[in-house]
Amino acid sequence: MNLLLFGVNHKTAALSLREKLASLIPDLGQAYQSLKAWPELSEVLLYTTCNRVELMCVTEEPEAADARVRAFFAGHPEITAAALEESFYLRRDQEAVQHLFRVAASLDSMVVGEPQILGQVKAAYRAATEHGATGPILNRLLHKAFSVAKRVRYETGIGDHAVSVSYAAVTLGRKIFGDLRGKNVLLLGAGEMAELALEHLRGQGVARITVANRTLSRGVRLAARFQGEAVSLEELEAQLLVADILISSTGADHYLLTRDQVKAVMRRRKQRPLFLIDIAVPRDLDPAINDLDNVYLYNIDDLEEVAEQGLQHRRQEAAKAERMVAAETLKFQDWLATLEAFPTIIALKDKAEAICQAELKKTLSQLGPVTPEQRQALEVLTISITQKLLHHPIIYLKRNHHLKRPHRELNLVRRLFNLDADDQDNSSEKN
Amino acid sequence: MAQLFLYLTLTGYFGATLLWLGFFLVQREGYCRWGARVMGGGLAAHTLALIQQTWSVGYLPVATFGNTLLVFDWTLVAVFLLLNWRYPIKVLGALVAPLAALLVSGALILPPGQGTVSPLLQGFWLTVHISLTLLGYAALALAFLGGIFYLIQERQIKAKKFGFFYRRLPSLSQLDTLNYWCLSIGFPLLTGGIISGSLYAQHTMGRFWSWDPKEILTLLAWLIYAVLLHERLTVGWRGRRAAWLAICGFLVLVCTFVGASLWLTGYHSFGKFIQQP
Repeated sequence: MNLLLFGVNHKTAALSLREKLASLIPDLGQAYQSLKAWPELSEVLLYTTCNRVELMCVTEEPEAADARVRAFFAGHPEITAAALEESFYLRRDQEAVQHLFRVAASLDSMVVGEPQILGQVKAAYRAATEHGATGPILNRLLHKAFSVAKRVRYETGIGDHAVSVSYAAVTLGRKIFGDLRGKNVLLLGAGEMAELALEHLRGQGVARITVANRTLSRGVRLAARFQGEAVSLEELEAQLLVADILISSTGADHYLLTRDQVKAVMRRRKQRPLFLIDIAVPRDLDPAINDLDNVYLYNIDDLEEVAEQGLQHRRQEAAKAERMVAAETLKFQDWLATLEAFPTIIALKDKAEAICQAELKKTLSQLGPVTPEQRQALEVLTISITQKLLHHPIIYLKRNHHLKRPHRELNLVRRLFNLDADDQDNSSEKN
Repeated sequence: MAQLFLYLTLTGYFGATLLWLGFFLVQREGYCRWGARVMGGGLAAHTLALIQQTWSVGYLPVATFGNTLLVFDWTLVAVFLLLNWRYPIKVLGALVAPLAALLVSGALILPPGQGTVSPLLQGFWLTVHISLTLLGYAALALAFLGGIFYLIQERQIKAKKFGFFYRRLPSLSQLDTLNYWCLSIGFPLLTGGIISGSLYAQHTMGRFWSWDPKEILTLLAWLIYAVLLHERLTVGWRGRRAAWLAICGFLVLVCTFVGASLWLTGYHSFGKFIQQP
């Protein structure tokens, strides 16, 4: 049994490739259906965030699964196999576990310590369970990942500055506007990330907050939290006349604002500077908007550069968090190893059970008539003898002393108790 | 005596240059506070030197290029310190202080004029004309320096490359406001300089305007600033465009000041001010 993790993230792939990959999975139900149809993959989890597209799976045939998953991601007509090859990473077993833990604990984020990622992974896991794509191993792995993430958040300081986009937006805003007091903020879409950015901007004393959302009810609720105002998406251009900072994070698959629209708006706002932040993947705002004078457009990749400057403080705490992740990875690895020992333990118990039954039957036929009490006493006797006899071998198997070569012990026990009667000749020849 | 004050001035401005550059590099508040103080000391010595010179000849000493540079330098530093007090854009000192030091050195190196100064240059209205013009130059020079900073900072933010300057330069809006302030102070001063000059010309020579090369170039610069101010107020030209126009306008002014005075001939050129003995 193997754990594989495939993916691209902000370090390996440019935004455009991540967008294309993310657009491959517009409908999770369909994606899971086609993934589950392949017998090679016994458990699958798929998660996409602004900064990554990753797939985790449990498989018995890693090579076949690898080929399948690559074919799945190469399904986009605009993605060339070469581009994919360049930015794709594949992690196996222990590395895959560690990677997932690091992602959930926000150690692999664009800005280390940003808190949104855990929620995103949780949502992705929930979706996967709803589609019946996960099984015992991924269930346990994900629950472990969540608890590791929580420990990292509460026991280290990496979340203290956890502000990612918001932090970057505020620093940049200060370099553009000097002072954010009295500025108007317009929010397009009501995502979790945008909410965080708002919270931060409000701390800087922005004057007015307006939320434009496709579903008005959600916008109204968010606006109420920030004493703002909710408007519909149709009013976008009118709202742009009074806004100074716009944060866009909708799930739209086309540009909500084009260069010409913004150009017209700029003329009407008498060229007052406009700061646009596009944190949506795929993008909401036409990149050509940045060519306009007095308009500053930043997307999620650009913000990385800005955020990089606040990173230094968190390095130390991150090292502490990495230690926690490493320890938890080892623990999970141990659990996985005992999982490997399970078939052997069961076979051992089955064999003991079979011997008991056979011997009991033989003895009972020789003894002649016995009372049910006597019969029960005999059964208890045989069972307790075998159980006591097997107790230490089973503990020995579960404890798994040779982490690096777990199969050696398993083989030893199997041969000792002759659990693979048919293979006996082969294995004795091999050794 | 004046010479001693000038050397004190020079020392002060060079000291201020070091402090401001130090501030620019390490971004410690203390450096820029001391930079302003040392610069103020330099300005005091500079003022004494100018007073002493004016006292000894009986009029504002602007007959030679060197002397005029000295007066311009005084206005530049004075306007900068005033701005720094009311509306501090600290990094600007890192450009103004070396410029001031260079101008004083230039004035000291240039040969002093010999001979009698034309009586044209001794009237009260001429002093007004020159003071207004040079004060205008100083304000517009600050707009020029601010414009350079604006373009650098804007390029960094637009190109999303956050290098050496990004952290050290102030925000775009501060630099743009500087452009507006300097323009709205410098433009009326320049206009006043032109008007007072042409009135004086009418008074002494019988004509308001004589299409002298310096006059033509000044008119060109004035038009550039007029367009910028007008568009700023009506359609809201700002940012990069305003910075570029402020830079262009000032470059024309430099041509006016240096070129027309030294190489082009006209009644404004310094060569004509002093009658050779």
